[in-house]
Amino acid sequence: MDLFEHQAKELFAEYGIPVPRGIVAHTAEEARAAAEQLTGRVVVKAQVKTGGRGKAGGVKVADDAADAHAKATQILGMDIKGHTVHKVLIEEASQIAEEYYFSFLLDRANRTFLAICSASGGMDIEEVAHTAPEKVAKVPVSPLTGVDRAKAREIAVAGGLPQQALDGAAELIEKLWAVFVDEDASLVEVNPMILSADGQVKALDGKVTLDDNANFRQAEHSAYVDKAAEDPLEARAKEKHLNYVKLDGNVGIIGNGAGLVMSTLDVVAYAGEEFPGQPKPANFLDIGGGASAEVMANGLEIILSDPSVKSVFVNVFGGITACDAVANGIVSAFKLLESRGEEVTHPLVVRLDGNNAALGRQILADAALPRVELVDTMDEAAKRAAELAAVGA
Amino acid sequence: MAIWLTENSKIIVQGMTGGEGTKHTRRMLAAGVKVVGGVNARKAGITHEGLPVFGTVKEAMEQTGADVSVVFVPPAATKAAVREAIDAEIPLCVVITEGVPVHDTTEFWAYAVSKGNKTRIIGPNCPGIASPGASNAGIIPADITTKGRVGLVSKSGTLTYQLMYELRDIGFSTCVGIGGDPVIGTTHIDALQAFQEDPETDAIVMIGEIGGDAEERAAAYIDEHVTKPVVAYVAGFTAPEGKTMGHAGAIVSGSAGTAQAKKEALEKVGVRVGRTPSETARLMREIMSSR
Repeated sequence: MDLFEHQAKELFAEYGIPVPRGIVAHTAEEARAAAEQLTGRVVVKAQVKTGGRGKAGGVKVADDAADAHAKATQILGMDIKGHTVHKVLIEEASQIAEEYYFSFLLDRANRTFLAICSASGGMDIEEVAHTAPEKVAKVPVSPLTGVDRAKAREIAVAGGLPQQALDGAAELIEKLWAVFVDEDASLVEVNPMILSADGQVKALDGKVTLDDNANFRQAEHSAYVDKAAEDPLEARAKEKHLNYVKLDGNVGIIGNGAGLVMSTLDVVAYAGEEFPGQPKPANFLDIGGGASAEVMANGLEIILSDPSVKSVFVNVFGGITACDAVANGIVSAFKLLESRGEEVTHPLVVRLDGNNAALGRQILADAALPRVELVDTMDEAAKRAAELAAVGA
Repeated sequence: MAIWLTENSKIIVQGMTGGEGTKHTRRMLAAGVKVVGGVNARKAGITHEGLPVFGTVKEAMEQTGADVSVVFVPPAATKAAVREAIDAEIPLCVVITEGVPVHDTTEFWAYAVSKGNKTRIIGPNCPGIASPGASNAGIIPADITTKGRVGLVSKSGTLTYQLMYELRDIGFSTCVGIGGDPVIGTTHIDALQAFQEDPETDAIVMIGEIGGDAEERAAAYIDEHVTKPVVAYVAGFTAPEGKTMGHAGAIVSGSAGTAQAKKEALEKVGVRVGRTPSETARLMREIMSSR
């Protein structure tokens, strides 16, 4: 899960990392009030979970409270790379002497952690990394030894930070390591990390990605979930512990195993190219390796309640989930929906292979469900599902 | 000879007494796999599923001669379980557990490296490894394929099964599910190297997914070291672009991690890449039938 800048900074502050004073505002009026409280010049910063907002005009300096109101009016509602700005961070303006770049992250390729540090921070760090890679230090960090003050200083020196910034940077880096480890983050990025005119090293921005796998030991992370931005279907799926992602097509997809479902999206999209309107997958839904009948029913229910869905493709390879369990799940789902007066009006293309496939097919044939078609292969089934979506079902 | 797992492999199950451990121990035994015991510090001394339960991996190895461990413990206990397997120097540790925090995986990987990599780790979040007709460590269904001369390495569980099933008439020497987590113990490259050296493997199927640059690195390895034919499949061409934050990822990998980039890297070194799992199976069928 990615955090908003203001959440990242609140987290940094808990660890004693110096950040500018700031207040979150959801309206221009709130922005004015925040600026009045902070006094003096402020920066109005769009809160979106994407990079490049500065270049997109999502960060503006305001001279006073009235100006903050005006700038917030411009920024709120803006679209930055597909993200709508719903809130801004009003922050006291900092006197910047120098801008640096710093991050801790997971280095997948080398299976270790990495510190990246550069004296050439700011918006163009990617450009610097390409044109002058020697200015960007990449220091591997072992999870067994971690980062103490001496290691932090070594990283700051490697990044080419000047003498007057070293003490402050080392302290900040050591604390960022604590955030990285104690919060189970896979990314902690500060760009820019600044040296202020009065000689203080501060985090002027913050990007944090938290590892959802660690939620069992990070109970407080649930407070960071951005409920407003959640797709309602995704939120419902989440409540039922389903791995569901809403997409913009019209063929509902259910499968078992992330790889197989991803592959199903591809195969349906390819098949759709041959039909009018080019049907595409409406969602990603992985019911998991050991899915029960109940999980199948829950999944089907979510997909059938998506108004854009015109046909459904159930693609299951019976490994741990035997196909008879999947077939029973489909039958239960139909009964469940029927009992609520929600008749299943969409065609369902079902492909079952692997463990107990014959039994699963038999169960479906015996149930004689309306609008359920059994197709033998994944490619043929994808084609049929796309065709059914194209004719508007 | 298959790779890493043979008919002589003796398997212990860490977390055998739990729900998943019990279920899959039963399945492995039913498939004729040599499971020789389990490990649970709190239940040492009991018999479970007809097998002895030991307090530690070390003790289980001493008592049974086990050389493979399969880990089914919950995510919170996985790091400790794998560290224990590393300390015992068991040659192969297959971590099935899904949902292990990446800090834990990175730490036990660093620990394995610091101990000289005496234990081969597969996973976490993987279906395991199967050498059809010989042994099966993990949760790969035993009856969907046959013994043959194709090697398979895959990031995805169900896509592994799909390919195993589609090529069941040709058969496999060994199928390795390496898992799709950001940090894993055994990589595509490790498996490619082992299959290249295995006299009973004639050709290799490699299955990848979007994310990271493991497939690109595998392509570079194939170019230099693999002479056996390789066909590949990459899932996720039409998956929506994940939200990336900050610049850090791009700076490190230098690759977008897209399916297209992976496909191009593989095709550039002569690997044939199927558009669908079935087409991938067809490509392998062509190779094996022309031999």
